[in-house]
Amino acid sequence: MTMYCLHQKPKVRGHMPVMLPMRLRADGLPLADRLFNLWTLTALVLALAAVLIGPAFAQLATPDERTILTILLEWTPTLAKGFGFNVLISVLSMLIGTIMGVFLGVLQVSQIRPIRQSAWLVTQFFRNSPWLVLLFYCILLIPFQFEVFGVKVPFPGWIKAVIGLSLPVMAYTSEFMRGAILSIPTGQWESAESLGFSRRMTLTNIILPQTVKRVLPSWMNLYAVLTMATPLVSIIGVDDVMALTRAALSAEGRADLLIPMYLYILSWFFLYCYPISSLTRVLERKYSVKL
Amino acid sequence: MDLANTFIDWLRPDWFLNLAVVSDDYNRGRYVAGLWMTIKLSVVSIFLSLLVGVLGAAVQGAPSRTLRVAVGLFVAFFRNTPPLVQLYFFYFAIGTVLRITGENGLPQPLISNFGWAIISLSLFAGALNVEIFRAGVEAVPRSTVEAAEALGYTRLQIYTDIVLPLAVRVSLPALGTNLVNLVKTTTLAYAIAVPELLYISAQIWSEDLNVREMMNVLLVSYVGLVAVLVWVLHRWEKALRIPGYGE
Amino acid sequence: MTWTPQQPIVSLKDVHKSFGSVEVLRGISLDVMKGEVICIIGPSGSGKSTLIRCINALNDIQAGSITVEGLEVNDPKLDKLALRRKVGMVFQQYNLFPHKTALQNVMMAPIKVLGQDRAEVENRARALIAKVRLNGKEDAYPGELSGGQQQRVAIARSLAMNPDVMLFDEVTAALDPETVKEVLMTIKDLAADGMTCILVTHEMGFAREIADCIYFTDRGVIVESGPPATFFDNAQDPRTQQFLAQIL
Repeated sequence: MTMYCLHQKPKVRGHMPVMLPMRLRADGLPLADRLFNLWTLTALVLALAAVLIGPAFAQLATPDERTILTILLEWTPTLAKGFGFNVLISVLSMLIGTIMGVFLGVLQVSQIRPIRQSAWLVTQFFRNSPWLVLLFYCILLIPFQFEVFGVKVPFPGWIKAVIGLSLPVMAYTSEFMRGAILSIPTGQWESAESLGFSRRMTLTNIILPQTVKRVLPSWMNLYAVLTMATPLVSIIGVDDVMALTRAALSAEGRADLLIPMYLYILSWFFLYCYPISSLTRVLERKYSVKL
Repeated sequence: MDLANTFIDWLRPDWFLNLAVVSDDYNRGRYVAGLWMTIKLSVVSIFLSLLVGVLGAAVQGAPSRTLRVAVGLFVAFFRNTPPLVQLYFFYFAIGTVLRITGENGLPQPLISNFGWAIISLSLFAGALNVEIFRAGVEAVPRSTVEAAEALGYTRLQIYTDIVLPLAVRVSLPALGTNLVNLVKTTTLAYAIAVPELLYISAQIWSEDLNVREMMNVLLVSYVGLVAVLVWVLHRWEKALRIPGYGE
Repeated sequence: MTWTPQQPIVSLKDVHKSFGSVEVLRGISLDVMKGEVICIIGPSGSGKSTLIRCINALNDIQAGSITVEGLEVNDPKLDKLALRRKVGMVFQQYNLFPHKTALQNVMMAPIKVLGQDRAEVENRARALIAKVRLNGKEDAYPGELSGGQQQRVAIARSLAMNPDVMLFDEVTAALDPETVKEVLMTIKDLAADGMTCILVTHEMGFAREIADCIYFTDRGVIVESGPPATFFDNAQDPRTQQFLAQIL
């Protein structure tokens, strides 16, 4: 009775006993794994340099114009600050989203039906809404300042953006937690119960610690996805790396700068996110859980 | 406290989903046009991304090392860079270079913003589809392939009659998640002024100053769209389910 | 060289096969005449399965010669499809195509591979399913059948190709004891019809009953061979004696 909502094991959809388990990222991209080594990184940097320096040499003929490389280097400190801002936004959203998500996930396996169902509804709603729409929602509907005890506290756009991005993070984390909690063998609950643990104690002392390993790879992957979503904040007027890039491009007003500049920014994100995805795969292989 | 009030306001039913926003003919027409554009974006990108996925996965099983590395790089790049920046890169950077001289003698973009949105979305989602299909193909046990070999099947016959039908079945759940994401990602087309649902809604709310109501209509529209897709995928999965396996 | 029924239908001469540095077959020679039933027995890891998988070119060999009806299997220019039309194979794990019904499993290869007429194939397939005593199960999917039933569908599937030789690779090893018998009955029927059968098996009683000749392999070589009566009651080699003592 106590365990009734836990009896339904999460079924691995699509799996058939005659087939091998499908391992998406687990053994995925063995090629890309091999790509992420010193050799390929060097090649990547060289290729990038060629893209940047190539046009630069081509322009030596017109000495009055600065080379593409010079321009990129000049803008690098500004862009780096912008990128740092993206990282800050991603870290904060992840933090807030994870805290809310773990809570929501636990509610999703609550024994009380209405709680379980509303938690499910909230999770599905935010999981299936476009990130950009959620950002608009927050930026336009959260007031720009709050009054706390008569003191006006400003609520800048970027904080609203953090909240907007934390909503989908919450929803995904909630789903991960639900899956992980349900994947813990029922025996764990039963043995804890027979030792006299309350449900709450069982959850916090026995079940949740075991979910960490199971959730970690998906959670890290989510972080990479979130980081790649941070440029969206430029659309709603936050001065992140994307907004700064576009400002730089219009300040320079040179058509030949467009491709190198965008590639430059893309490679920043690549160099930040690729190691995270690679690590995710390594962890997934290591912790691969048989559901 | 403002926060509490705002929250309570949100819960007011007439604000939560006030369809009056799109009740006048003009706005309704625009809303429907935006919805239609979003559906077009979604359907065409889903189709092309599946094509990218199947072709990419086939190439990853091909003997040519160069091709395999090329597909691996494509996947790694598109999976690890922001979709918005990819879209900007295509539209603003490549799109500026790809121009033809129009009838009036002025350079015109070769590909419209709608076209770039399709290309960018298809490649972004297609990159993950490559991974999904490859994983599906790898889930087909070697012994099943051997049984077909022992019956004299050719490589191509094995691929089309045995491996692919089985791979699609195991891939479906992951594929569904990715396609749902693709529908959500169509909102990025807003950034290059494709008149899709979000873009039109933003126009309506800035003209009629009904942000909250319009916003709710918008969110519900997307959740509805996703629900339709999920339903279709579910039906597909059910239709493909083999009796005797799984639920 | 054209093959005549007076010559062995399957002939192995000094076959060598290694996986990497591990030599699995170290000079195997054996002949099978048309209509003969032979059983290959031996401890696990002795290369029995590898041996019969080489006969229809699922595994390639490094040295020696394998001929099936005069067709050289170890020839790089070999038309594998032609070979596999002559040789049917049944696997330990049945390996039915899970997304096709029993009838479709039987019909697929003749239609797709041999390009035969669907209606004609269907008649034959239904007859084969009846022959393996699975009437009424035509439209069941493999997942809905028991192991023994699946294995019999797999046998029918192979027979639908009208092979001249059937290979059975430990076909009862994965089955529940109660379903083993029904599969063995099916094989016995086949043998009685004059089908050439090469079996790898652990079912000693069955081997004794059905085989014309028993081959005992250990560590990649044939240690001893002979008709069942001589082999089981009068084994010469100490390794065979030890194996039989353990198993009987």
